[in-house]
Amino acid sequence: MMLALVGMLLLQMGAATRAIHDYNVYHPYTEIDSWMTGILIDNPDIVSIERYGQTYEKRDINLLRIGERTGAMKKVAWMDCGIHAREWISPAFCQYFIKQILQEYRVHGSRMAAMMKEMDFYVTPVLNVDGYIYSWLNGTRLWRKNRSPGTGSCSCYGTDLNRNFNVTWGTIGVSTNCCSETYGGTAALSSPEAASVTRYLEQRKADVLLFLTIHSYGQLILVPYGNPNLTAPNYGQLMKVGLAAAAEMKKVHGMSYRVGTSPDILYPNSGSSRDWARLAGIPYSFTFELRDNGTFGFELPEEQIQPACEEAYSGAMHIINHVHREQFNAAVSVATASLLGVLLATCVTVANNAF
Amino acid sequence: MSPALMRVLRVVVLLSAVRGAPLATVTLPPVILEPVPLEPVPVPSEPVRVDSGADQNISIPINTEQQQQQQQQVSLDVDVMLTGELNPNHYPARRAAQVVLHHLNTRYGSPYWWGALRQVHKATAEALGDSGRKYSLEVTLQDQISGTKETCTAEVVFPGGPAGGPPQVTTSYEGKSEINTQAQEEALYNQYNTSQNLLSGHNLPDSYGHVAPGMEPFWHLGGVASSFVMLKESSENTLYNMAQVVSVTQLATENNQLRFNYDVLLHEMVSQEIIHWKLLASWSPQEGVKASQMELLPKCHHCEPPQEH
Repeated sequence: MMLALVGMLLLQMGAATRAIHDYNVYHPYTEIDSWMTGILIDNPDIVSIERYGQTYEKRDINLLRIGERTGAMKKVAWMDCGIHAREWISPAFCQYFIKQILQEYRVHGSRMAAMMKEMDFYVTPVLNVDGYIYSWLNGTRLWRKNRSPGTGSCSCYGTDLNRNFNVTWGTIGVSTNCCSETYGGTAALSSPEAASVTRYLEQRKADVLLFLTIHSYGQLILVPYGNPNLTAPNYGQLMKVGLAAAAEMKKVHGMSYRVGTSPDILYPNSGSSRDWARLAGIPYSFTFELRDNGTFGFELPEEQIQPACEEAYSGAMHIINHVHREQFNAAVSVATASLLGVLLATCVTVANNAF
Repeated sequence: MSPALMRVLRVVVLLSAVRGAPLATVTLPPVILEPVPLEPVPVPSEPVRVDSGADQNISIPINTEQQQQQQQQVSLDVDVMLTGELNPNHYPARRAAQVVLHHLNTRYGSPYWWGALRQVHKATAEALGDSGRKYSLEVTLQDQISGTKETCTAEVVFPGGPAGGPPQVTTSYEGKSEINTQAQEEALYNQYNTSQNLLSGHNLPDSYGHVAPGMEPFWHLGGVASSFVMLKESSENTLYNMAQVVSVTQLATENNQLRFNYDVLLHEMVSQEIIHWKLLASWSPQEGVKASQMELLPKCHHCEPPQEH
């Protein structure tokens, strides 16, 4: 008991002496990495870090796994940020999201506290680590792809990770020129980054309820599929939930987000992670394109990080709440309905017997 | 046989060969760590619809290397070019509306007025002779500086045929109504109408989205001048925004116009390419903004910066 108390005191002290992480500025990768360690240290009861892959340049790809440990395999909500290097608001949002859910969890009796008993959040703050680091170098702020070298006679670097997943790979909205920003790679899952995601989730996909992949810019919520020849079996439901999420987002700061399939509202494309997740059987799969609409584009001012994250959070939470409710309260409502039925029958019987 | 038709035939063959797998699958083939062959593509029973030849290729300005890039853009001609009433939230109407904004910026833009598309309310499209197409739109635009919104109607004609050419735009817009920028424009003009301390700047905005307050008018001016380029480069397959002013350097005033050499990066959304242009912008409150000497710079593949160690 005394030891636990001392341990807790040390933890608190450690947390206090470590510099407070500023969620309103962009952080280079080393700072995000340190921050992840800090989150782990501050929340050892519900946070763990999993290394689930390596980038081309052999850097670790890590996710934070957040949820109460029950011993059993729990349902999962997946979020990844930073698949495209230049979209800096995306990793900033993952950091904000994690901070928020941890804060809410600590509020006794909160909805988040209940959710974390039943669900785990798997959040990858930066998926394309090599690309993100490269975008912090002088002159390459607008890099998009990973950093794998070209092959054959093509000497340019980089595969577009969001054209590299194995769903109708290489069919539309993608380039075979390795110098293009939408180069789909030498083959589906040729990039170690995309392969890490599929390899990791393939084993767990039956338990994954939601796949959210965060991008910028354009202020959109995209639903599967990127190839116009494919229709998701629950397209209607995805649109309904997506539109409701966009309505929530608009309430926060008045920003409009359009909702639809990529071929409808943006452009057709193939090999996206969102498409992979839907085809793998994950029922809810969305791409968020965050602020703005082109004024600053990829270089969203730091003053906008907080409002952008606040609205994105409300949209993401709307979807998460819906998914959670559908999965867990459905069981509760069935039980409640049966109970009510029994009670009603009993009342009727009693009433009948009374006369 | 045209390359477009060849691609279509290849696609039709491919699709017909892999018909049949159900859409709503829960189980997947086992994970393979090596590159995998193309997944079966479930197809609806109606045939692939084909357009006359305008495919999803982006119209990157002509330059040998970029021409090759354009031809290697893999695309299926599955979209019928829609005519009639369009969904205003879908991309065809949005792309045409963006063109309207570029046009308005060339006519009305200044260091203190820089328009952006806010919303498309209505849109229709019709085919013209010689495979041109005309869009009729009702849009709300917003000045990115003051936030003032206006609604107007517009027509955009995308010329067809091999010669192509820039889109032609007409609008009902009559000029900025509420915000009077005249005083600010004249003050700026007078401040910089000098041969001393010619202005220069770079990276507007910088990596963190910051623009120094004194440089904001020149960032806006860069955006407006870039609209001249973006207008002439636009097609139904593009959506342009200015990503960054790499550098701006003032030249001596000539014919009462302030003049600036601009080096800008444009973002083309459909291809996701960053396209580098140089241009000469001239401006005065009386004449507005003009752009000339517009020059495309090649994408520099071999100038990799020094690696961080």
